[in-house]
Amino acid sequence: MDDIVDLSRLQFAMTAMYHFLFVPLTLGLAWLLLIMESLYVMTGKAVYKDMTKFWGKLFGINFALGVTTGLTMEFQFGTNWAYYSHYVGDVFGAPLAIEGMMAFFLESTFVGLFFFGWDRLTKLQHLGATCLVAFGSSMSALWILIANAWMQNPVGAEFNYTTMRMEMTSFADLVFNPVAQVKFVHTVASGYVTGAMFVLAISSYYLLKGRDLAFAKRSFAIAAAFGTAGILSTIVLGDESGYEVGDVQKVKLAAIESEWETHPAPASFTLFGIPNQEEQRTDYAVKIPYALGIIATRSIDEQVIGLKELMVQHEERIRNGMIAYGHLTDLRGGDKSAEKIAAFEQVKADLGYGLLLKKYAPNVVDATEEQIQLAVDYSIPGVAPMFWSFRVMVGCGVLMLFIFLFAFYQSARNRIGKNKIFHKIVLYSLPLPWIAMEAGWIVAEYGRQPWAIAEILPTHMGVSSISSEKLIFSIMSIAAFYTVLLVIEMYLMFRFARLGPSSLKTGKYHFEQLAENNQQG
Amino acid sequence: MFDYETLKLIWWLLIGVLLIGFVITDGFDMGVGALLPVIGKTDQERRMMINTIAPHWEGNQVWLVLAAGAIFAAWPTVYATAFSGFYVAMMLTLFALFFRPVGFDYRSKISDPLWRSSWDWGIFTGGVVPPIIFGVAFGNLLQGVPFVFDEYLRSTYQGSFLDLLNPFALLVGVFSLTLFVLQGSTWLQMKTEGVLQQRARLVSLYCAPIAMLLFALAGVWVAYGIDGYVITSLADFSGPANPLLKSAQLQSGAWLANYDKYPLTLTAPVIGLSFPILVWVASKFNRNAFAFFFSSVTQAGVLMTFAFSMFPFIMPSSIEPNFSLTVWDAVSSEMTLNIMTLCAAIFLPIILLYTCWCYFKMFGRIGKEYMAKNKHSAY
Repeated sequence: MDDIVDLSRLQFAMTAMYHFLFVPLTLGLAWLLLIMESLYVMTGKAVYKDMTKFWGKLFGINFALGVTTGLTMEFQFGTNWAYYSHYVGDVFGAPLAIEGMMAFFLESTFVGLFFFGWDRLTKLQHLGATCLVAFGSSMSALWILIANAWMQNPVGAEFNYTTMRMEMTSFADLVFNPVAQVKFVHTVASGYVTGAMFVLAISSYYLLKGRDLAFAKRSFAIAAAFGTAGILSTIVLGDESGYEVGDVQKVKLAAIESEWETHPAPASFTLFGIPNQEEQRTDYAVKIPYALGIIATRSIDEQVIGLKELMVQHEERIRNGMIAYGHLTDLRGGDKSAEKIAAFEQVKADLGYGLLLKKYAPNVVDATEEQIQLAVDYSIPGVAPMFWSFRVMVGCGVLMLFIFLFAFYQSARNRIGKNKIFHKIVLYSLPLPWIAMEAGWIVAEYGRQPWAIAEILPTHMGVSSISSEKLIFSIMSIAAFYTVLLVIEMYLMFRFARLGPSSLKTGKYHFEQLAENNQQG
Repeated sequence: MFDYETLKLIWWLLIGVLLIGFVITDGFDMGVGALLPVIGKTDQERRMMINTIAPHWEGNQVWLVLAAGAIFAAWPTVYATAFSGFYVAMMLTLFALFFRPVGFDYRSKISDPLWRSSWDWGIFTGGVVPPIIFGVAFGNLLQGVPFVFDEYLRSTYQGSFLDLLNPFALLVGVFSLTLFVLQGSTWLQMKTEGVLQQRARLVSLYCAPIAMLLFALAGVWVAYGIDGYVITSLADFSGPANPLLKSAQLQSGAWLANYDKYPLTLTAPVIGLSFPILVWVASKFNRNAFAFFFSSVTQAGVLMTFAFSMFPFIMPSSIEPNFSLTVWDAVSSEMTLNIMTLCAAIFLPIILLYTCWCYFKMFGRIGKEYMAKNKHSAY
C-alpha cells in the first residue's frame, strides 16, 4: 500500500510541477498581448501589431503544452486518486466543472480567433478576442485556486456518514474562502511576473545583439511596467496572509520558519538555520527580530504558534478521531440510534485525525500509544524542505523586484539598451520566476502533508486501488512523453526567440533586411 | 430550486448534452486526424485539412474536458470508479490526446519533411485511439464492469485491461471510430475544395453504410446476446447517494425495457439507423453542409440510444449487481447539483452563442488560395 501511495504522489508531483511550467507564462503573456494590441488599436502603429503577433507566436508554443499537460491533471484525480475523488468530489469537483463552463471554454474558443482571426475580424473584435483569452485564463486560475484552497482550508463542507463522503454545506464559503482569495492574487500576480520576465529577458537579448531595436525597446518598456506592478503585488499581497486560518496553514507557517517553540509575539524571522527534525529544534539560527510577526500576522501582538504546541493539539485530535472512527464503524454497521448519531456528531470534526492512524493501525480504534505517537510525528511535514523552498522563493522574488524596479527606472529615463551589463543580467535571470513558483508550490503542497484535504483526508487514504505495476507503467510513459515534449518545446522556443520578429515574414526585421542587403550587395 | 430527484435527471441529461457536444465538435477534429494520412496525400493537402479545424479544435476539446469535469462534480462515484478501473485504457487515451495540441501547433512551424510526417502520425494517433477506446469503454459499460466496493465505498476493479477488449466491446470500438471518421469526412466535404473534397465525399459514401450496419449489428447483439440490468428495489429516488443501498440484478432483454415503457425513446435508435442514409444521399448529391448536419444528428442519435438503453444505469457491476452505479445513487449532493444546474443554465447558452459566432466568423472553405495567403500564419 505504501508504495502505491509514494508512486501516486510522485506521479502527481511530477505532472503538476510540469504543468505549472506553462500555466504562469500563459497567464502573464495573455495580458501583455492585450496591452500590446490595445496600443496597436489606439495608435495604429504596425510595430505594435507585429509585437502582438510575435509574442503571440511564442505564447502559442507555450499554450499548446499547457493544454496538453492540463489534460493529465484532469484525468489524474480519477485515475490515481479515486478514493479522494469519491470522498470530496461533491465539493472539489464543482469549482473544476465551473472553471470549464465559465473560463476554460472562453479562453480556448477565443484563442483560435486570436491566431486565425486577424483577417476575419475588425480591429476591435480581434482586440475583444484577445481580451477574452486573457480574462478567461485568469478566471480559470481563480476557480482552480478555489478548489486548491479548499484542500488547504476546507470550509463550507461536512462529512455525511450515509454517503461516506464530504458534502457541500455552503457554496459561498467555498468561493470566499480567505485562503482562496490570497492564493488567487499571489499566484496570478506571479504569473504576470513570469510573462513580464519572459518578454523582458528576450527583449534584452535583441538589445544586446543590437537587432530590431524599436521593437525590442517597446517590448522591454511594456514588460518592465507590467512586471513591476506584478512583482509588487506578488510580494506585498503574499500568500502568508492566508496562513492564519486552519490548522494546516498554521503548521506550514511554523515549518517555513522552522519554529519549534511558540515564542512571545512578535515572532522573529529566521534568516538562516539548519532545521533538525529529530531533535525538534533549529541549529545555527540567525534571526531578525519582529520580522516574521509582521510578515505572517500583519501585526506585532499576535503569536506564531510553534510546531511542538501544534503537535500537542494534534495528539488530542487524534485521540478524539479514534473515538469518531469507532462511532462511524458502529453507524456503518447499522446502529443508527439517536445517541450514536449525536455522539458521532460531537467528535466528527476530528475524524480525519483518526484516519491518520490508518497508516499504522488499520482498525484505528485499537491503536497503541506508540502508534499514536508515530501518527503525531507524522502529522507535520518535513521541516527542512519547507524552510529551504520558502527561502528560495523569497530570494528569487527579491532579485526580481530589483530587476523590475531598475528596468522600470531605465525605461522611465529612456535609457533602454544603454546598460549592457544590466541587459545581460536580465537575460540570465529568465529562469527566476519558474524557480520561485515551483518552490512556492512545494511550500504550499508539500507543506499540506500528510493531508490530501487538510484535517479531513490523509494523503495515504486518497489513492486508487490499483497495482504498482500500472503506476510504474504510467509514470515511465508520462516521464518519457514529457521529456520529449519539453525538448521539442524548448527547441522551438529558442529557435523562434532567436529569430525574433523576422519570423513574421513581414520583410521589415533584422534577418530579412540582412538577406535583402546581401542580395543587393 | 429543483427537488433532488429532478436534479438527478437533469444531470443525466446535461452530461448527455456535453458528450453529444463532444462527439459532434471534437468528433470531426478526431475524424480529420484519423483521415490525415489517408486522404491527405501531399504536405499541402494535409495542411489544408489541419487548417479547416485550426481555429476551432481548442474550443472543441473543451467539450471533452468539461464532460469529464462535470462527471467529477455531478457523478463523483462514477468518475472515481470508471477512471481508476479503466486505468490503462484511460492512460492510453491520455497519451493519444497528448499528440493533438502540440501536433497541430508545432507541425508546420518547421518545414523539415521528417518533422512534419512525425507529427502527422501523432495527429493520426490522437484521432484514432481515443474514439476506439471510448467505444470499447461504452461497450463494456453495456456488459457490466467487474468492480466492487468495500464498506467505506472504496472501489476496486477486479478485471484486467485485456478483459476490456472482448468481441462486443471491440465491435463498439470500431463502430465508434467509423462514426468519428464519418463526422470528420463530412466536415472536410464542407470545408475543403477540389480533389481533397472529392476524397472526403468518397469516405463519407463508404462510412455511412458501414456505420449503419455496425449500429444494427450492435443493436441485435444487445437485444439477443447481452443481458441488461434492472433495479429490483430502491426505497427512494430522492434518497442519499450511496450505491450500496439498493438491489439490482441481471435480466435478459433489460436494455430494451425502456423502449417498451417509453415508446418515444425509440426515436433515438431510429435516428441512429436512418440518418446515415441521409448522410449518404447528401454526400452523393454533393450537399456538403447537409451531410455534415445529418452526420451530427447521427452522432446524437447513437449516444442517446446508448443512454436510453441503460437508463438509469451508468456503470453496472458485473460481479455484484447491487453495487451498480445509477443515475439515482452515484451522484453529488442536492446542494452541489443545484448550484451546478444554475451555472449550467447561465453558461451553456453563452458558450453556444460565442462558439457559433466563432464558426460564423471563420466560415468558408480552405483551399490553395487561403494557404498561399496565410503561408506564415497558418498551421
